[in-house]
Amino acid sequence: MKLVIGIVRPEKANDVLEALYRADVRGVSLGPVQGHGGELDRVETYRGTTVKIGLADKVRFEIAVSDPFVQPTIDALCEGARTGEVGDGKIFVIPLERAVRIRTGETDHGAVTPVGA
Amino acid sequence: MDGVILAQASEVNTGDTAWMLVATALVLLMTPALGLFYAGLVRAKNALNTFMMCIAAIAIAGVMWALVGYSLAFDGTGDLIGGFGHVGLQDVTFEPRDGTTIPHLLFMAFQGTFCIITVALISGAVVERMRFGAWMVFAALWSVLVYAVLAHWAFGGGWLIEGGTLDFAGGVPVEMGSGFSALAAALVIGARKDYGRQALLPHNAIYALVGAGLLWFGWFGFNGGSGFSTGNAGVLAFTNTLLTPACSLVAWFLLDLLRGRRVTAIGAATAIIVGCVLITPAGGFVSPGWAMALGFAGALPAYAVIVLRPRTRVDETLDVLAAHGIAGFTGILFIGFFAQQNWNGVSDGLVYGNAAQLGDQALAALAAPVYAFVVTYVLLRVIGLVMPLRVTEHEEALGMDTVQHGEEAYPTGEGAILVMPEAGIEAEVPIRT
Repeated sequence: MKLVIGIVRPEKANDVLEALYRADVRGVSLGPVQGHGGELDRVETYRGTTVKIGLADKVRFEIAVSDPFVQPTIDALCEGARTGEVGDGKIFVIPLERAVRIRTGETDHGAVTPVGA
Repeated sequence: MDGVILAQASEVNTGDTAWMLVATALVLLMTPALGLFYAGLVRAKNALNTFMMCIAAIAIAGVMWALVGYSLAFDGTGDLIGGFGHVGLQDVTFEPRDGTTIPHLLFMAFQGTFCIITVALISGAVVERMRFGAWMVFAALWSVLVYAVLAHWAFGGGWLIEGGTLDFAGGVPVEMGSGFSALAAALVIGARKDYGRQALLPHNAIYALVGAGLLWFGWFGFNGGSGFSTGNAGVLAFTNTLLTPACSLVAWFLLDLLRGRRVTAIGAATAIIVGCVLITPAGGFVSPGWAMALGFAGALPAYAVIVLRPRTRVDETLDVLAAHGIAGFTGILFIGFFAQQNWNGVSDGLVYGNAAQLGDQALAALAAPVYAFVVTYVLLRVIGLVMPLRVTEHEEALGMDTVQHGEEAYPTGEGAILVMPEAGIEAEVPIRT
């Protein structure tokens, strides 16, 4: 059981969701984050004020999966998020100690397997 | 006797002039209001660019109008186009414009604000993907090749007005002109890359409502000013501009309830605009009672097109065709049935025994859409040969605001590092095609 964290471009988030759906990965959390990962700064000008935007908007996926689903999840994230330009993002895989489904009290494998899957 | 009437007609009336000064400012307000309405309807990453397309219309169409557009539209009574006598505002002075009691200069300014809003309306068809530069080139050429020509036909002494077509405030040049040009523009530019794949939702319904409200406010100058005086026709059109959109709102509420069991806010904003468009051509020609009937009945075809259009592949993004083209078409035809001479002093419609009026209206309802569609289609194809019309897919994904303007509608300031002026701006925007 692993927690897969994927940080991707916001404009690719929808493609990632589609790819995950096709890979039968159905339980995801995501949210907006800002970060810096080596991409060039974007320059913006507001009247006389010119700024470099050092932090880029990203979307962070958090996906808890059982072991057989780790590789398909990583593949889906790569497939959906890649453009080939600097700034496509990162994937981190972290061992997951416990998972509990609040509604039923199911733990671990049962908790990370979506209902009906 | 003739001499006396001429002498009276050629005098500037201060009351009329005061109203038309205000009306001109009201109509100009409609373009930023449209920008707000459109900006609310697009995604946050494209909000500024969408607004800026309307601001660009003020800039480009305003200049083109003064240079050539006004002359082509309002100099002389040629069948198809006016003359070049007023190019560069030559001979446009404080003397009253023929047939009105307001200074020629003010007449030109009032008509200029119509040209501006019409150009801005078309942007609704191509937002979120059309390059800003290509849009400005299009705006310059369209304002002359399409708007000025249609305005001449309907207002300036061209074949439609001479033939008896009634168009009070611009059903032909403004509403059908923009609506059917929008359809052509959407076909040439093509759909947004995510159209039909992802839900592309309005990012701020409040903007849409505020924008629609300000448009309605401005529309009192648009319709109420199109009598060029404080006389009966202007007063009738002004009052109908209150009544028709109110009825369209009620009709829209009912249609929303029938279709989805809820009254929607974006629907209400749309209904206000549809109502204002419906009464634009008919404002000074139909009774208040018929104006209300027009608001109710005319909402239906516009609503139908708005429901059906997203089921097609045509990404006419903000439904300019439905709200302006179809509603303008409906309003123009409505005059042919329900115009009433004892209200307008000009002509009756079919219902009051003058079937010929319906024929004149039908002619305009056919000619204007065909001209607008064909010329816009060809014009954009030609511009497309010289420069790319839309941004790349990658840029479209990033959003038009940062790509086209280097600004965001909602900058957080987080992670923004001040570039000191003396250091120079060495970094370039890291966008590759």
